[in-house]
This record gives sequence, C-alpha cells and structure tokens, in this order.
Amino acid sequence: MHIPDGFLNVATVATTYAASAGGISYAVREANKKLREKHVPLMGILAAFIFAAQMLNFPIAGGTSGHLVGAGLAAILLGPWASVLIMSCVLIAQSLIFQDGGLLALGANIFNMGIVASFSAYFIYRMATAALGDSRRGRLIGGFVGAWASVVVSSMFAAIELALSGASPLAVVLPAMAGIHALIGIGEGLVTGAALSLVLAARPDLWQSRVVRRSAI
Amino acid sequence: MKWWHFALIIPVLVAVVSPLASSSPDGLEKVAQDQGFLGRSQPAPFQVIADYLFPGIASEALATILAGLLGTLLLFGAVYGLAWLIKSRRTEGTGQGR
Repeated sequence: MHIPDGFLNVATVATTYAASAGGISYAVREANKKLREKHVPLMGILAAFIFAAQMLNFPIAGGTSGHLVGAGLAAILLGPWASVLIMSCVLIAQSLIFQDGGLLALGANIFNMGIVASFSAYFIYRMATAALGDSRRGRLIGGFVGAWASVVVSSMFAAIELALSGASPLAVVLPAMAGIHALIGIGEGLVTGAALSLVLAARPDLWQSRVVRRSAI
Repeated sequence: MKWWHFALIIPVLVAVVSPLASSSPDGLEKVAQDQGFLGRSQPAPFQVIADYLFPGIASEALATILAGLLGTLLLFGAVYGLAWLIKSRRTEGTGQGR
C-alpha cells in the first residue's frame, strides 16, 4: 500500500506530512512515559520483523499480492504510540533506501500505515477483548480482527487521499481499495495471530496490556 | 544469550526467504492499474537499493536476500537505539533524574 510519488497533489502531501510530523512528535513523548527497559529489544525485533515481512508478498485472488503491514501487531503488543514510532522508522527506511513509497508521499504512507493502522488495530483489539474477555482466546481473536480491520481502514484513508488528489473518483477508488484490502487483511490477521500466540507462549510478560488480567480460565 | 538473540532469528529467516515473494502487483498498484492512474507515478530522484535489489549482484535472489538482511539488521539497530534513547527512565537507575 506504499503510495509512490505522483499520485498525490500538493495539498494532500502537505496535510499528511503535517499530520504525521505531529503524530511522531507526540509518539516520542508518549513512548518516553510508557516504554520500559524490557521493551527496547522488542521494539527492535518488531521493526526488523515488520521490514522483512513487508518484503514477502503473498498472492491473493486476481493476480494481486499483498504483504503484512505490521502496525496491528506492534500496536497490540506495545500500544499505538510505540507502534507509530516503529512503523515510521520502517517506512522512512523503505522510502529513503529502498525506493519503496515516494519521498513526497512519505507523510501519507506514515499517516496511513503508521498512525491510522496502529490506532484502528488498537481500538478494535480493545473492543474485542472487552467483549470476549482478556483471555488467550479473546486476545488472539481480537488480534486477528484488529489486524484485519487496520489494513482495510488504512486502505480507505489511502483511497480518500487519492480521490482528494484527483487520481480517481472516491466512489470508484474507495470500494476498490477496501475490497482488495479486505482480502489482504486476512493474511495480516493470520500472521498477527500467529505472532501474538508465539509471544504468549514464549514471553507473555512483554505484552503490555492496560486491561487488568483476569485469572486464567 | 538474551531472548531477543533467538527472536532475531525470525526476521532474519523471513529476509532469507524473501525471494519467494509474489511479484504480482500489490493492492494499490492493482487498483491504480485498473483505474488508469498507475502512469502518474514518478520514479525516485535517487536510487540506493531500489526494488530491494542490492546493486552489483548478478543473481536476483542473492541481491534480494542481501538487501533484506541489510534492511532487517539496520531497522533492528536503529529502532533499538531509538527506543533506548527515549525509554522511560523513571523507575530505573539509582534515582538521579535525567
């Protein structure tokens, strides 16, 4: 979902750069309050995993491929602001070094795949665990649904930016982007669920959760 | 050995198998193709490791793996360092403030 240069107009580029810069500076302050020593290596591991997994496109229907975004995994494990930092670093490196995602579109890519994806995954995950209980099952189902939704919601924001830039009418580009990413999101949900269950099995203490843990069922 | 020495094996393995990635257009490229605005995309003004191919290597698979490993380790180091710099220091150390 990396937007290349040329798709967005000047107003959209400026707005998304401003929103992402504000989001990153707030994320630094929030991480400064909440991140502990034990989360430092996990931040690095998540960034490395998200970068590598984003290279691994998997085929979906109709001659199209998709890859992990990863914001859902990071946001569910460490909270949305830490996830914004991780995603921003990945997207900056991809744009500057690997020419994946435009330089002018970097603000929009950070906004969509960093900020929007992290927060949509986090809030849907929190709603799901509130409804299903903060058990292993509730967390994994919440992780799948949150990760799936994060891809769809961020693709809709990308569609809105494309429409505002005059690339394609909203009535056409919004359902097209949401529809194709509803399929890609299934892969996102499965990989996120698998990664979360690995963390639960190996190092459950690394999973930062503000929900008071219920006694094991 | 710390836990993350083992955990780092996972992204490294993913980078090593990255040449297996599907080369079909991704969701956005497909939509741009179908709706006829793919041609608006402009090439980057400079190239470092464009398209995840490490320059100067004949084998495409090897070039992809090298680019993947480089990016994976770079991001681990950069984000580890960043997180270390901005992490909370309130509950640690011997109580001296920052």
